[in-house]
Amino acid sequence: MKNRINQLFLDKKENILSVYFTAGYPQLDDTVSIIEKLVASGVDLIEIGMPFSDPVADGPVIQNSSLVSLRNGMSIEKLFDQLIGIRETVSIPLILMGYLNPVIQYGLEAFCRKCAEVGIDGLILPDLPLNEYQENYREVFARYNLHNILLITPQTSDKRLKEIDEASSGFIYMVSSSSTTGAKSSVADFQKDYFERVKAMELTNPRLIGFGISNKETFDNACQYAEGAIIGSAFVKALDGNESLDVKISNFVNQVVKGV
Amino acid sequence: MSYQVNRKGYYGEFGGAYIPEMMHPNIEELQEKYMEIINSYNFKQDFINLLKHYVGRPSPLYYARRMSERYQSHIFLKREDLNHTGSHKINNTIGQILLAKSLGKTRIIAETGAGQHGVATATVCALMDMKCIVYMGALDVQRQAPNVKKMRMLGAEVIAAESGNKTLKDATNEAMRDWINNPVDTHYIIGSVVGPHPYPDMVARFQSVISEEIKWQLDEQLGRELPTRILACVGGGSNAAGAFYHFLDDESVELIGIEAAGKGVDTDESAATLTLGKPGVLHSSRSFVMQTKDGQIIEPYSISAGLDYPGIGPMHANLFATKRAKYLWATDDEVLEAALELTQLEGIIPALESAHALAALKKIDLKPEDVNVINLSGRGDKDMETYLNHFGY
Repeated sequence: MKNRINQLFLDKKENILSVYFTAGYPQLDDTVSIIEKLVASGVDLIEIGMPFSDPVADGPVIQNSSLVSLRNGMSIEKLFDQLIGIRETVSIPLILMGYLNPVIQYGLEAFCRKCAEVGIDGLILPDLPLNEYQENYREVFARYNLHNILLITPQTSDKRLKEIDEASSGFIYMVSSSSTTGAKSSVADFQKDYFERVKAMELTNPRLIGFGISNKETFDNACQYAEGAIIGSAFVKALDGNESLDVKISNFVNQVVKGV
Repeated sequence: MSYQVNRKGYYGEFGGAYIPEMMHPNIEELQEKYMEIINSYNFKQDFINLLKHYVGRPSPLYYARRMSERYQSHIFLKREDLNHTGSHKINNTIGQILLAKSLGKTRIIAETGAGQHGVATATVCALMDMKCIVYMGALDVQRQAPNVKKMRMLGAEVIAAESGNKTLKDATNEAMRDWINNPVDTHYIIGSVVGPHPYPDMVARFQSVISEEIKWQLDEQLGRELPTRILACVGGGSNAAGAFYHFLDDESVELIGIEAAGKGVDTDESAATLTLGKPGVLHSSRSFVMQTKDGQIIEPYSISAGLDYPGIGPMHANLFATKRAKYLWATDDEVLEAALELTQLEGIIPALESAHALAALKKIDLKPEDVNVINLSGRGDKDMETYLNHFGY
């Protein structure tokens, strides 16, 4: 079955830009406008964050956006309501990212069915580990044509990397250094070793590098070692401020892609 | 039926290791090595020696005569409050610091609620010359000030967690984030039978010394190993896990855990997870969790910082689901009353946490021939301010 994520990686081999934002932040009903403006600015893939009260893999920026979003009244149910009809205007791949518990409470099957209905292509659930995914989730995800995006880190062994590659169907989320999101941006030497080691393994799946990517310099750097990169915290931070969403989003994306 | 963890890290349908990939190398290493290490001759020798000569074990099993008269039933107190650092928490930290040494770790992190686990961790870090960072909810830093000072004097760095309700859950989040950011040199000493496999089982094993001693102490004093029932308070559930452990397969022994009801289970200020929660995933394991219908974690409340937690260890979730153990709750007011009663009848000031177990005596049908063992998990020094404010001495 066709999936927009696979299509993207067939059509584009380098400099793919994926952007994460937390649904319901800064305002509850910003979700669709943020997606449309990101598309208009030339982003290739969008990760829509489902807020959770206890995001242990996230740093302060996404902790805060999640908290504000929940206070604004965001829920998975609300998010699906907002996404109805999104495929009339948006054709790039859309991924939902969040923690497992709200998904379990929504009901796994119901959640996946709804994802397929509104046009979601993949899921990133950082606290769903590989073994649990394979035993209890893989079949359901597949039934609704949802790719599960798995993470790797500099500490991931070659053996496990191969297992993750085998279990992946969309792309591999390559975490630049073991950290929570929004950590300091730099590409240290040990990261380079890791990027090169993974590149040399010639995995079946394409890779996007995330965590610590925040501007043109870090984006370009990451793109040397993978098909593209993911920006999360830096974008969420850029949504603060008094300009219109339009201006904030196009300024941010231009700065990353063109350096202006 | 086995009440122990299975090969995959589950107690029935509860447990597992729902960890982000960043934690995988550390958790996998623990899963592969913990049994081998804690069963090794050297580890056992060190563990037993330190428990005896440093912690002061065995802790007494004390027949509380006046309490027994009051309740018209035999009441024994397992005196974990007399351990070094004032609670059962030290049993686990001794075990885990030895394990961390075997794994070659040089930096220790921990979360703490009441500060008892933080103090116990800071203590073993001083003993073993390890760097120690303790995360504590900002609210708990205030309400458990003496323990914060102790930890600092012991050389630990105490970091206040400012997120959420600023209590134990938030401290645990921060400790997990620290571990994600420090994947190589750090061991995380979790203080209860919660977290990803193998923590619930590992911590239960270190705490199981409590029930091991109760068995031979009862035999020594009464000529029988089995009591009628065991009572223990439950937040995450480590002291209860330790007190239940060697009685799990003795089905004649009634096991009773007591949760913190805060201002009442019909109010929104409570921490009685098994009464108010439903199955979900929090802090990397599947168990009962206090949550909204959307799966967001509810901020709990209890007068006792050590029980102020919206989850519970997966072993207890399974004992609850299989009905092997029974779980009751006690409110703040019932707990304060029970603490005062023990203080004035037996001359023992209990920790607020442990007073939950005492409060349950009024909630069960006690017979004169019954042998009740209450795990008195900690002493009340840290709670003096709360007691004084309440009783007005």
